[in-house]
Amino acid sequence: MTGYIIRRILALIPVLLGVSFLVFLILQLAPGDPALIILGPKANATSLAQLRHDLGLDQPFLIQYFRWLWRVLQGDWGRSIQLKREVLPLILTRFQASAYLTLFGALLAILFGIPAGIISATHQYSLWDRVSMVGILIGFSMPVFWLGILLQIFFSIYLGILPVSGMQSPNQQGFPDLLRHLVLPSIALATGAAVIIARMTRSSMLEVMQQDYIRTARAKGQIERLVIYQHALRNALIPIVTVVGLQVGYLLGGDILVEIVFSWPGIGLLMMNGIMARDFPLVQGAILLVASSYVVINLIVDILYSYLDPRIHYQ
Amino acid sequence: MNNELEDVGLLDTASEVEGLTEQVKTPVQQSLFQVTWRRLRKDKFALLGAFWLIFVILVSLLAPILAPYDPLEINLRLRLLSIGTPGHFLGTDDLGRDILSRLIWGGQISLLVGFSAVLLAMTAGTLIGLLTGFYGGWLDTIIMRLIDILMAFPAILLALALVAALGPGLEHAMLAVAIVGIPYYTRIVRGSVLALREREYILAAHALGSDKWHIIATHLFPNSLPPLIIAATLDVGWMIMFAAGLSFLGLGAQPPAAEWGIMLSEGHKFIRLAPHASIVPGLAIFLVVLSLNLLGDGLRDALDPHLRR
Repeated sequence: MTGYIIRRILALIPVLLGVSFLVFLILQLAPGDPALIILGPKANATSLAQLRHDLGLDQPFLIQYFRWLWRVLQGDWGRSIQLKREVLPLILTRFQASAYLTLFGALLAILFGIPAGIISATHQYSLWDRVSMVGILIGFSMPVFWLGILLQIFFSIYLGILPVSGMQSPNQQGFPDLLRHLVLPSIALATGAAVIIARMTRSSMLEVMQQDYIRTARAKGQIERLVIYQHALRNALIPIVTVVGLQVGYLLGGDILVEIVFSWPGIGLLMMNGIMARDFPLVQGAILLVASSYVVINLIVDILYSYLDPRIHYQ
Repeated sequence: MNNELEDVGLLDTASEVEGLTEQVKTPVQQSLFQVTWRRLRKDKFALLGAFWLIFVILVSLLAPILAPYDPLEINLRLRLLSIGTPGHFLGTDDLGRDILSRLIWGGQISLLVGFSAVLLAMTAGTLIGLLTGFYGGWLDTIIMRLIDILMAFPAILLALALVAALGPGLEHAMLAVAIVGIPYYTRIVRGSVLALREREYILAAHALGSDKWHIIATHLFPNSLPPLIIAATLDVGWMIMFAAGLSFLGLGAQPPAAEWGIMLSEGHKFIRLAPHASIVPGLAIFLVVLSLNLLGDGLRDALDPHLRR
């Protein structure tokens, strides 16, 4: 098992290198001279040339990439042009706020999606199954940003029971207040993921429930609850875990839209401000951090597989 | 033979014998399109989706005739009118522009972006998938590693990075959304080609000395189409939603354009005073995406009955 985990971690290195190269390449292609953006339009040619030299912009592309990568590995992610601060501490603080939202959203999606899928599969073609299939279709077609706005209109403006935006009330601190602010953005974020998890759980469970060992378990008189949870669910989990892993990645992305709707002070809001201000070091850092987290989440999912199905790490 | 069947009582009448002979003589030849349509028209939900989609396309195309007002016409005296106001059925926005007119015109942009992005992604993805699947070797290895890296990004993040580099704008957003979609189509087509290229008829075509491009164009491409059509139909809705999301963020179509994502973003600023200004455009996006999903699900069942659940 340890050997398998080490191999998976080593396989991560080229992917992370590729991701970092792509992030660097895309933002290098952006029109506009970083030196001009930093010094402003009134800068003279000598100071521009000096700054370009200092920033290494007069070097060949690959040299620039490897220098940038070396600095990134040492913790120097550059300085934000707009905010005039080090990028790494800035994005890490904001990433924490996004992580709350993503984790809470993922938790909601799993807590709703898996049981809904199990009930649909065990009561196939029942009223519940039909209602949940319609719910899945609706949830799947609903833009996350619109759902967020609908939740704001209903729960915050019409009923007035939950805060409309932000992460904390001005005069209040602490976890209960954070939780109140988390509810609506998390629901908006979790819905899309929950319906996909429910759909996969349903189809995976339906497939497993037709297997011979389920019939055997029932034939030997096992009670139905144990047949479902001990035999069927355990074997149906691998595709479900895949989808959960993918959806957590999706939540990291969908997070950006939800953060804008709810003015949630996370990395998405920071990134958007950076894009608008053409603050490339900030955007580069934020994209690199989110993309790397996505890759690491996928690694964790891979490792989870081998716990769920020990045959995997022998292959 | 028929006489023998009659003798043993399997066929009773002469007319049944005639009918059977007729069936054997003229087997029903149906194209993929005919088979698909025959199955699809039995699926009420898929038809409902198709009708709604056709309705939205027609309304969008007829926008110059149907829209009651100029979608860009500002009238500050008529700001934030509610739904049902005489003369402004869906009310007005913060600048007094008629929401119904903007909705009708907005359909043009949203549908155009969705369909164009899918067409671009599908064309590029299919071409890459056909080549990598057919030739294999180092070309396949390099391109598939690149695809793996592209897929290592959450889709919206990659689109944001691309728009950040290209600059905000409708064309750039469309291009970004299309690029994000390429790996999806490449994988589908490559998968089909890998399965097809070892089939007897492909090996026979090789043995007969057929040109490689001829094999790709006449055998591999047409046989990769069914999964591609299903994927594309389901993808148009996703791309419309995605492009509207970029416009909502201020990175796609730019104000004052009448586009559903922009309308939603502008309406969001006034949700306390005029919630309908953000509910209506969102509903339009939702219904179009829902109709495409219904149609896509129906097409999947019709084109590949094995997948029917």
